[in-house]
Amino acid sequence: MPSLIKALAGTALPHAHHPWPRRIVDVETWSALGGQLAEGRWTLAGLWGDAGAVHMALYDIGRDETDRSEMAVATLPCPTGQFPSIARHHAPAHRLERTISDLFGLEPVSAPDNRPWLDHGRWCVRHPLGTPTESSDQGSPYAFLTAEGEGLHQIAVGPVHAGIIEPGHFRFTANGETVVRLEERFGYAHKGVESLMAGASFERAAHFAARISGDSTVAYSISYSRAVEAALGIEVPVRAHWLRALMAELERIANHLGDIGSVCNDAAFALMHAHTGVLREHVLRQSNNCFGHRLMMDKVVPGGVTADLDRSGEDGVRALLPMIRKAFSQLVELYDETSSLQDRTVGTGTLSHTLALQYGCGGYVGRASGRSFDARRNLAYPPYDALRFDVPLFNEGDVNARVWVRIREVEQSLGLIDQIMAEMPPGEISVAVAQAKETREGMALVEGFRGDILCWLRLDPTGIIERCHLRDPSWFQWPVLEAAIEGNIVADFPLCNKSFNCSYSGHDL
Amino acid sequence: MRKLLFENLIRSPLTEGVPDPDRSMLAELATSLGRVARENLGRSLSIREIDAGSCNGCELEIHALSNAFYDIERFGLRFVASPRHADVLLVTGPVTRNMREALERTYNATPAPKWVVAVGDCASDGGCFAGSYAVVGGVSAVVPVDLHLAGCPPSPETLLKGLLALIEHSTHSFRSP
Ligand code: SF4
Repeated sequence: MPSLIKALAGTALPHAHHPWPRRIVDVETWSALGGQLAEGRWTLAGLWGDAGAVHMALYDIGRDETDRSEMAVATLPCPTGQFPSIARHHAPAHRLERTISDLFGLEPVSAPDNRPWLDHGRWCVRHPLGTPTESSDQGSPYAFLTAEGEGLHQIAVGPVHAGIIEPGHFRFTANGETVVRLEERFGYAHKGVESLMAGASFERAAHFAARISGDSTVAYSISYSRAVEAALGIEVPVRAHWLRALMAELERIANHLGDIGSVCNDAAFALMHAHTGVLREHVLRQSNNCFGHRLMMDKVVPGGVTADLDRSGEDGVRALLPMIRKAFSQLVELYDETSSLQDRTVGTGTLSHTLALQYGCGGYVGRASGRSFDARRNLAYPPYDALRFDVPLFNEGDVNARVWVRIREVEQSLGLIDQIMAEMPPGEISVAVAQAKETREGMALVEGFRGDILCWLRLDPTGIIERCHLRDPSWFQWPVLEAAIEGNIVADFPLCNKSFNCSYSGHDL
Repeated sequence: MRKLLFENLIRSPLTEGVPDPDRSMLAELATSLGRVARENLGRSLSIREIDAGSCNGCELEIHALSNAFYDIERFGLRFVASPRHADVLLVTGPVTRNMREALERTYNATPAPKWVVAVGDCASDGGCFAGSYAVVGGVSAVVPVDLHLAGCPPSPETLLKGLLALIEHSTHSFRSP
């Protein structure tokens, strides 16, 4: 297999781009990459707009579990405001291209679906990140895809849901109880974060990065900070890496605990939910004790971290681990032995291995369908390159498999925290971030609890963000939920949805 | 399962003591609530949560209110699935333009008397998202707000204090009209 960089065969940039290469390619190479994506040679990591250009991040997942991945970015200048559609070859690019045309007004030529995606016709402006033109706030009608047949009916759900969850719209077409088609419509949580980041100092923009998806605030901040540090060539102190990992693993455990309980709750097994809720609360309180914020928001910043672990924090974490281990193992046993619960989760909402690979589904969604990828291992960043952990893998692809991946990941994260507590070196926790006095670009791929978070950015010579793009793992998970629910009963949708637990805010930005 | 249930019988409960309702919140409520409304509601409130474009951080802490530590139901506070069953709308987020109509329609679907509590810095004035083309900027720009709970996100304790202030205010006024 030719290396990814060779396949890109374009011109290099006038300025630095770290840590992976970016090449300016021509239309032929761009389209050829689309074809290779369709053949499964590369995985699509992101596709986003810029002033007069589109960028596409690709990686090679590696031949086996020990193989490191290779990542690169291809850029196609669009002087005429058009670019050849990638979605034409490779379906996972659909919504990304629709977003590029909403935000930048760049047109994907021969794209199979040219409906708007995030733009509901309510912003008073079109193409806010490209050449903005005035428009109304009255909203525009949206054509849902059709499903025809005798006895089919539609059920519209959202954007305001029955539970305490984020806004989104689900359009079901059902035949009696059975879902024939689900179509998602999002954009309700779109806050225009990328436009707010552009023009902000990198310090201020860190604030936005921490608020893209509140449940992954630590992972987002690490991704963003690593991208800034890569761009500026900054080495953060070793201790800062370890503290970041401690926060990231606490965040992962808290989310997994909460969601394992919620999945069971959606299968009417409230006991599990009550117990995992208590454990989650313990983790959040300990996070607050260690770092001064329950979700650890704004604690990771470019240059390092803003809070060190003191004596009480160390003791707190050391006491937390055995407590969770003991209680959690009982809960796992309970999950494993409750057949009425398994009756709901086994065989429900199955995602095929093929789709998981094609879409490059990250996190537990991919790993429950046999796709073995974890940015902490495949594109290892410190301190994970010095830590020992497994990446749990299941092949069934159903709700049950996703629960098991998360159970095993809680155990792995506890093991990681053990190692962090034992081996974390002393020292400084941050360095001053100096301006580069020239244009710089950087990127990062960081494993949040939900999957890999991509951050790409360009800083001007004074440290102002010219363009920052953050791609949530949900971009490659939401679309396959539509496939996983097919043939299931409508009543199982909350269960399936919760087992994916994709982000709305992270996706809508 | 039996073992778990048994252990819970002998362990002392995790539930925290009752926090004092916040004075400043009581003051804000005093000016915003009609007496008739208070008399009708008594000591129990049904809450409908609306995410008007939050980052989901506020939702996580609202969720935490239902865990054994905060156990919000012991105060007669209950999350309900429909605005038609609600007395209180708990709204988070800077109100994105794409959610504006949904928020208005949910508000209109809620029977009077009703209260609106804006949760989090975003809901108060748009927070860090204020000024974006995509947000209206604060819940009160769309529907009348009775109480603001600050924080990013507000802690479950802050949320609880605010909601208790809401109940406290209503019963206090009910007893001594
Ligand atoms: S107040 Fe903070 S936590 Fe709440 S929605 Fe806004 S940014 Fe998120």
